[in-house]
Amino acid sequence: MEYKITVPTTAEALAELRAGDSVLLSGTVYTARDAAHKRMVECIEKSEPLPFDLTGSAIYYVGPTPERPGEVIGSAGPTTSGRMDAYSPALIERGNLVMIGKGARSAAVVEAMRAAGAVYLGAIGGAGALMAASVKNLEVIAWPELGCEAVRRLEVVDMPLTVVIDSLGNNLYELGPQKYLASLEC
Amino acid sequence: MREISSEVIASAVAMLCVRANRRLPTDVGEAIGAAAERETFPSARRTLELLQENMSLAAERELPICQDTGAACVFLELGQDVHIVGSLEQAVNEGVRRGYEEGMLRKSIVGDPLRRVNTGDNTPAFLSVHLTEGELCRITVMPKGFGSENMSRLAMLKPADGVEGFKSFVLETVKLAGPNPCPPIVIGVGVGGTFDKVTYLAKKALLRPLGTPNADPWYAALEQELLDEVNALGIGPQGFGGAVTALGLAIEQAATHVAGLPVAVNINCHVTRRASIDL
Repeated sequence: MEYKITVPTTAEALAELRAGDSVLLSGTVYTARDAAHKRMVECIEKSEPLPFDLTGSAIYYVGPTPERPGEVIGSAGPTTSGRMDAYSPALIERGNLVMIGKGARSAAVVEAMRAAGAVYLGAIGGAGALMAASVKNLEVIAWPELGCEAVRRLEVVDMPLTVVIDSLGNNLYELGPQKYLASLEC
Repeated sequence: MREISSEVIASAVAMLCVRANRRLPTDVGEAIGAAAERETFPSARRTLELLQENMSLAAERELPICQDTGAACVFLELGQDVHIVGSLEQAVNEGVRRGYEEGMLRKSIVGDPLRRVNTGDNTPAFLSVHLTEGELCRITVMPKGFGSENMSRLAMLKPADGVEGFKSFVLETVKLAGPNPCPPIVIGVGVGGTFDKVTYLAKKALLRPLGTPNADPWYAALEQELLDEVNALGIGPQGFGGAVTALGLAIEQAATHVAGLPVAVNINCHVTRRASIDL
């Protein structure tokens, strides 16, 4: 199935998504990777304000290349999500509902997702130019000293994504290879 | 004695950094094309077609193929009759600095692994110099992404583990990596040598063009056998399932101690970048 989803969103709007579905995502997406996640969780621990409202938010694990003059963004494919596993449950508990990246997630993240009705969407790893094409606006909103790791607010239109882990915990990284191997036996 | 100025080295490195990041080597592009034709699992085929679309888009818009424009691994094959005027190390770093700035590439290097402050210009380069005879000066830049580097592994196996233990370790590494290193991957395997040498062999194996077998027929057969076993895992492009988990697998072997069997597996993503020039 293919779905159009607009972010920020609600758990209800994500409930029908299933691992393997295609999603065209539009709306506001925040970028954060290792260093920004660490700082956000430190903000939570110190009860300091976060750079953006987590409620219903979408976070894209990306550190884009610098934009050329006149361009919105450089190459912008996903980074490996597993490095954010230590931080993600704290963000999900505070409202984050959509994570965008590539690669496996920990059991603790999946558990937090199921409790909150969150989803994990896969962007195509290594397809930096392709992923950039759906980004229409970019603004650095926090920690510019982190360079490519600074937090950016992106406006995206029809970003092509795949549901990797849905809100029930179904996982395409397990189901996809199983389905392929089963297809060989037919 | 042939002389080459450090400025010539710096300019060449800068050019190679940009070229490697915007266009894949012909053999890698062809391997992805062939994989897309061979792949029958629909979502896998679609993924491979999107990778091809990404390559065209990157070339057309002069964008890096991937946003992780890598650690700048620079390999220098240098004839012993060549004299470099000025500092080689400074020249290579200057080339990386210029290439990453002018090519609008991402600066992904922290100056210290524990204190983690970005150097801001993607230096230092990771330079390996291999001395040869004569007057050759060949520079190869391999921008190495870390999503795949992080999934690489080293083992000091026992001689009793033999060929089967060697194969099991390679397969286990690919399985553990799963979707993380952006499959379809390219696998560089080092075997033999010492603790440090074996990892160099694994990285060197990634420099060999895809489809070029090991010069030793016994190892060439082992490469094919291992590649088939990797692809039988069904991980597929992006880990979504499919026939093509790896585009290629190369083994570099070396003599080792009677007591040891070092094995290193260096994984590269489908954006296996390298660019060379002979000065």
